Amino acid sequence: MYLDSRDQRPALTPQLAVRVAVLGGIALLFFAVIFFRLWFLQVLSGDTYRAEANDNRVRSIKVAAPRGEIVDREGRVLVENRVGIAVKVSPKQLPESRAERREVYRRLGRVLDRKPRQIERRVERQLVEIPYSSATVKQDVSPDVLAYLLEHAEDFPGVEPERVYLREYPAGEAGAHLFGYTGEVSQEELESDEYSDVALGDRVGKGGIEEQYDRFLRGKNGATRVQVDAMGVLRGQPLRSWQPEQGRQLRLSLDSDVQEAGQASLAGRRGAFVAMNVDNGEVLALGSGPSFDPNIFSRPVSQSTLDRLSSEDAGTPLFNRAIQGGYPTGSTFKPITAVAALDGGLISPEEVVVDNGYVTIGDQEFENAGRVPHGAVALRQALSVSSDVYFYLLGKEADAFGNGNLIQSWARRMGLGRPTGIDLPGEAAGIVPTREWRNALHEQDPDVRQWSVGDNVNTSIGQGDLLASPLQMAVAYATLANGGKVVRPRLGLRIEDSSGRPLQELAGSVARRVKIDPGYRQAILDGLRAAASEPGGTSTPVFEGFPIAVAGKTGTAETTSGIDQSWYVALAPYPNPRYVIAATIEGGGFGAEAAAPAVRQILGSVFEVDESSGEIPAGTAQD
Amino acid sequence: MQATPFGTTVREFRDRSRPRYVRIDVLLLLAVVGLTVCSLYAIGTATEDDRPGSPNYFLYRQALYAAVGMTLMLLIARFDYTRLREWKAGLYALLIASILAVFALGSVSLGARRAIELPFFEIQTSELGKVLLILSLSAVLVDRVRRIGDRETTSRAMLLVLVPAMLVIAQPDLGSGLVYISIGLVTLFVAGTKLSHFAVLAALAAMAMTIVLVLAPAADVELLKPYQMDRLTSFIDPSEDQEGDGYQQQQSQVAIGAGGKTGRGDDATQTKLDFLPEHHTDFVFSVVGEEFGFMGAAIVLSLFALLIWRTLRILTMSKDLFGTLIAAGVLAMLMHQIFINVGMAIGIMPITGVTLPLMSYGGSSVLVTFIALGLLQSVHAQARETAFAKGPGLVT
Repeated sequence: MYLDSRDQRPALTPQLAVRVAVLGGIALLFFAVIFFRLWFLQVLSGDTYRAEANDNRVRSIKVAAPRGEIVDREGRVLVENRVGIAVKVSPKQLPESRAERREVYRRLGRVLDRKPRQIERRVERQLVEIPYSSATVKQDVSPDVLAYLLEHAEDFPGVEPERVYLREYPAGEAGAHLFGYTGEVSQEELESDEYSDVALGDRVGKGGIEEQYDRFLRGKNGATRVQVDAMGVLRGQPLRSWQPEQGRQLRLSLDSDVQEAGQASLAGRRGAFVAMNVDNGEVLALGSGPSFDPNIFSRPVSQSTLDRLSSEDAGTPLFNRAIQGGYPTGSTFKPITAVAALDGGLISPEEVVVDNGYVTIGDQEFENAGRVPHGAVALRQALSVSSDVYFYLLGKEADAFGNGNLIQSWARRMGLGRPTGIDLPGEAAGIVPTREWRNALHEQDPDVRQWSVGDNVNTSIGQGDLLASPLQMAVAYATLANGGKVVRPRLGLRIEDSSGRPLQELAGSVARRVKIDPGYRQAILDGLRAAASEPGGTSTPVFEGFPIAVAGKTGTAETTSGIDQSWYVALAPYPNPRYVIAATIEGGGFGAEAAAPAVRQILGSVFEVDESSGEIPAGTAQD
Repeated sequence: MQATPFGTTVREFRDRSRPRYVRIDVLLLLAVVGLTVCSLYAIGTATEDDRPGSPNYFLYRQALYAAVGMTLMLLIARFDYTRLREWKAGLYALLIASILAVFALGSVSLGARRAIELPFFEIQTSELGKVLLILSLSAVLVDRVRRIGDRETTSRAMLLVLVPAMLVIAQPDLGSGLVYISIGLVTLFVAGTKLSHFAVLAALAAMAMTIVLVLAPAADVELLKPYQMDRLTSFIDPSEDQEGDGYQQQQSQVAIGAGGKTGRGDDATQTKLDFLPEHHTDFVFSVVGEEFGFMGAAIVLSLFALLIWRTLRILTMSKDLFGTLIAAGVLAMLMHQIFINVGMAIGIMPITGVTLPLMSYGGSSVLVTFIALGLLQSVHAQARETAFAKGPGLVT
C-alpha cells in the first residue's frame, strides 16, 4: 500500500519503521526503568521512607518535669521547686565561623553580665563532656533578660532560654549537708542502668538525698510532639503531648525542729551531731558545722565558691562531719570497752578497781585527765566519773585475752570500723585499730611502730588510732540501748504522691544483732545515767534541771592538732531510751564543756522541753 | 495489508463509520485531558498552604492556562500545518530573536534570566522556542530530504539546533537547551540520517562534555555555572550534598517513597510542609507519588505512555514527511521532558530543570505543550483527511 510519488507522503520505509521501533523501544525501556524504580521506592522501601518523612516533620519538645519535694517527718518542706529561666547555648545552632560565634558570645556576655571568654569556655567544655547537648550558660536569669533575648532572638542564634525548675531550700543552712544538689546528668550516669529513663540534658540528683533517692524524686519529663515545616516553623496543632509528671515526694525521718536545734547547738563551730531513734534507726537530725546555704547549688557554682566551701581555713563546710568525719572518740568509747570486758569475763559489774589517778603498764605511764585519783571504783562509778585507769586496766587485760581483739571485735560488732549503711552516699568507714592492722602497716613501712599493749590501752578509752564518726557512735550506743539490734540509720521514711498520700514505705532494717547480756546492758546504762545525774557525774551539771532523765557519756579526745575535741553521746529517756544523741565539737575542749550542752539543746528539742527560761549550763568535768 | 509497528493499522469499518468532523486523535485527547485533570488535582492539593489567604491561587491559574491551552490546541488542530513549511525562515528568526530578547528585556528569577515580562504574563521564550525549533528544523530537513545522507545536511541541521541551544544554556537554562538537542537528534534520526553521522556526533559530544566538565574547570574557565555542575554531578549520590540540589532530590525520593502503594492523601507532609521545594513545578511528580502512591504514579505514567504511543502512531501515519518530522520533534520533546523530569524525581537522573509536560505548574510550559499537541492533532487530522480523500482501504 505504498503511495505514488506525486503525493508528498513518504513511504513508511523499512528504515523508518525500524527507527520508529527503536524510539518506541527506548520509550518502553525508560518506562520499565521508571516503574521498576517506583516499585522499589514505594512498595519495597515505602515504610522506610515514610518513617523518614515523619522524622522530617515531627519534633519532640521536652517539657521538664519538676522533681519531687522533700519534706520532714511532719510534712514541713525541706526542699522545693522554683521556676527559673536558664539561658542555654546550643552549639549546633551557633554560627559556623569563629568570628561570628565570638560576636554572639560578646553580645550574650553583655546581656548576662558574663565575660565572653567564660561563655565560650563553658560551651566548649560542654561539647567535650557531652557532645550535642546544649550548655547552660546562666541559670536563673531575670524576666528582663528573658524578654530582651526573646525580642532580639535573631541576634542570638543558638541561644535558647528555657524554663527550668530550680531547687530551693527554705530551711537554709539546717540540713544543707543532707540534700546534695541537682545537676545535668553526666555521661557516666547515662550509661548506667539506674538512669535508663533519663535523657541527655536532664537534671538528676548529685550527692546526698537527691542522689540516693533520685529514682523517686525525678519526675517523668513531658513532651509535645509538634509538626514543623521545612523552615522549622510550627504547623497546625500539636500532634500529641504528654504532661510532665512530677517526681514523688520524699518524706524524711528528719524533724526540722531538732535539725535546727542541732545546727544552732553547733553555733558555727566545727562539729557534728546526730539524733536517732534507737529502735528503728530513724534519723531525727544529722548535721555538720560549719554549714552553708544549699541554695547556691541552684545555679552553676563558680570554682572559687567551691574552693572556699572546701577550704580548710573556712572549716570545709561541704564536708559532712557527721558521716564522713573520722575522729578519736575519747571516753565515749568506754561503754564499748565495758561491754567487751563484761562479755569476755574480764570483770564483773561489781568488781572494784583502785584508781590512783595513773597506772603504769609496760614501760609506759597512763594517767587520768588531770591525774585526778578517783579511788576505789566499780563499773558504775568508773563510767560516772570517767575513770581512765579503770578502763586502762581493762585494755591491758583485753590485750592478753584470747587473740587480743576483744575490744576491737565488740567495737566492730557495734558498728565501728565500717559504714553504718545510712541512706547517704560518701560515708566513711573509720578505723578500729587491731594488732594485725598495725603490724601490717609496719610490714609495709618499718618506720611505723609495731603494736604494743599501749595501743590496746589507748583504744580502751577511745584514743590512739581509733577513728569513728558521730553517726557510728550513735549506732553503737543505740545497740546498747535497744539490747543488741545494730540498726541501719536512715533518713528516708516513705515515698508519697505530691499531696502526701503514702505510696511506698521505706522500711528500716536491722543490719545485724549482737548478744548483749541484759544485766550488763543495765549496769552500763546505770553508769551512764549516774554520769548525767549523780554528784560527781561528768555531765551532771549540764543536765541540771532538765526534766527528761538522760544517760550519757562525755568524751574528750586528744587529737593531733593538740586541741581537745569535745564529745557527748546521750541516751534518753532513762531507763528505756528511745533516742540517742551524739555530738562532737572540734576544739571544743572537755566533753562537758561544749558537746554535752549541745546535746542538751538537741534533747530539749526532741522532747519539746521549754528551755527559754535559762541558759544551758556548761559542765567543767575534765573528760 | 502490511503490518506496521505500534498498531497503526485501523480496521476499516470503524474508519468508514467515523463522521468527517472527528479528525483529531481521540485517545491522544483523552490522555491530554487525563493528565490535565491529574495536574490540577495535584497542584491544587499541594499548594493549599503555599499562599496564605488564597489556597487556590495556583490551581486557578493552572486551570486558566489549561483552558487556554486546550482551546489553542483544538484551533491548531483545524489548521493545516503544511503551510508552516513556507514560514521556516521567519519561524527560525523568531526563535533566535525571542531568545535574544530575554537577554535584553528578561526578568531575573532565581539568578537566571529566562522570561520576558508582559502585563499579565511572563513568557519563557525557551519554552516557546521548542515548538519554533521543531517547525523550522523539520521544514529545513524536508527541503533537503534528497540529500539526507550528506554530511552537510547533518552538520547544517545540528548547527540550526546548537545555536539556539547554546543561547538558551547561556540564559542559563540548561534543561531547555538539552531538550533542543534531543529534538535535533530525534528529528535527524527519523528523517533518515546515517547512523555513522550519529556516531560522529556522539564522539563530538563526548569531547564537548570532557571540555566542559573536566578540562575547563581544571583551567579555571567557567563554562557551566557552578550550580549547573553541581546538579549534573550531585545526583550520583544525593545524600552527599544535603544542602543544595542533592537535598531536593533526597526529599523528592523520600516523598515518593513515603507515598507507598496507595499514597498518604492529606498526610503528604513532604510536599505540604515544604520539605520539597518546587513541588508544584519541577517536582510535581513527587506530589503525585506522595499523595497517591504507586497507584497514582502508575496512572500518570500510563497516561504518558498513552501520549507517547499516540505520538509515535501519528508520526507513522502522517501524510507527508513534514508532518512526520514535526511528530518526531514533539515526540523528542515529550520523551525527553517526561523521562528527565520523572527520573529526577525518583533519583535516577540529574536535576536539569525541565518541567513535566502538562503536569507542572507554569503558563509557558503548559501552553507550549498544548501548541505542540495541537500540531500533532493537525498532522493526524490532515492524515485522516487524505486517507478519506483517497477512499477506503488506505488508512495507514
